[in-house]
Amino acid sequence: MLNTTKSDYKQLASKYETKRPIWENCLRAFVVGGLVCAFGQLISFFYMYFFDFTEETVGDPTVATIIFITMILTGFGVYDKIAQFSGAGTAVPVSGFGNAVISAAIEHRSEGFVQGVGANMFKLAGSVILFGVFSAFVIALIKTILIQLGVI
Amino acid sequence: MVFLWAFLVGGTICLIGQIIMDVFKKTPGFTLSFLVVAGAILDGFGLYEPLVDFAGAGATVPITSFGNSLVHGALQEAERSGLIGVVTGMFEVTSSGISAAIIFAMIGALIFKPKG
Repeated sequence: MLNTTKSDYKQLASKYETKRPIWENCLRAFVVGGLVCAFGQLISFFYMYFFDFTEETVGDPTVATIIFITMILTGFGVYDKIAQFSGAGTAVPVSGFGNAVISAAIEHRSEGFVQGVGANMFKLAGSVILFGVFSAFVIALIKTILIQLGVI
Repeated sequence: MVFLWAFLVGGTICLIGQIIMDVFKKTPGFTLSFLVVAGAILDGFGLYEPLVDFAGAGATVPITSFGNSLVHGALQEAERSGLIGVVTGMFEVTSSGISAAIIFAMIGALIFKPKG
């Protein structure tokens, strides 16, 4: 009797355990990710009004500013707490890319600046650059050939 | 209004990332790489630029824009100097994200000490 209730409880618990976080995590990712992007929009407006950036070029300083803020938050150890709460909400915006580079750099500082920081900086973010660059190469190559052949 | 679209579009891209991580049980590294490739493919079909016009930072802040601007730079340079431009123009547009990451990571390593 006791065993059945125990296993029943386990079943019940595992049912809720696997189900609930997905919805909750998705909601958190959506809200936090949306807020990060809305904040990015605010930075974009700042650069458009006070500097000579157009709507097309404003993405660059916005990205750089978000990475700068990420550096501060990572350095003070606040970023980890936010990332734990938001999951993909802060990992998918460039803050996640920035954090991967910056945290690796800070973490390996004790091994020295050449062997530690320099060698490990892109340990986590390297795959993003690799797959981004290689897929962009293939896509741009195909498109350029198609354009030159007059297909598109 | 732009803020709302930035929020919704950016949130949706992050939601897709969370689904890849939670439902398909992939690592964050895989998720980011997947999204970068997705952004590159979308720009290959000319679909990412309209999204940027529409959602502003909602499309430029997520990592998908990295793939988009890589393809963009490559195609721009290819238009000017032919096939070789695909290789030489790749980082033309996207350089700010990578250079900012490198510069701030170095500054961060100089200022902060590792914790825990």
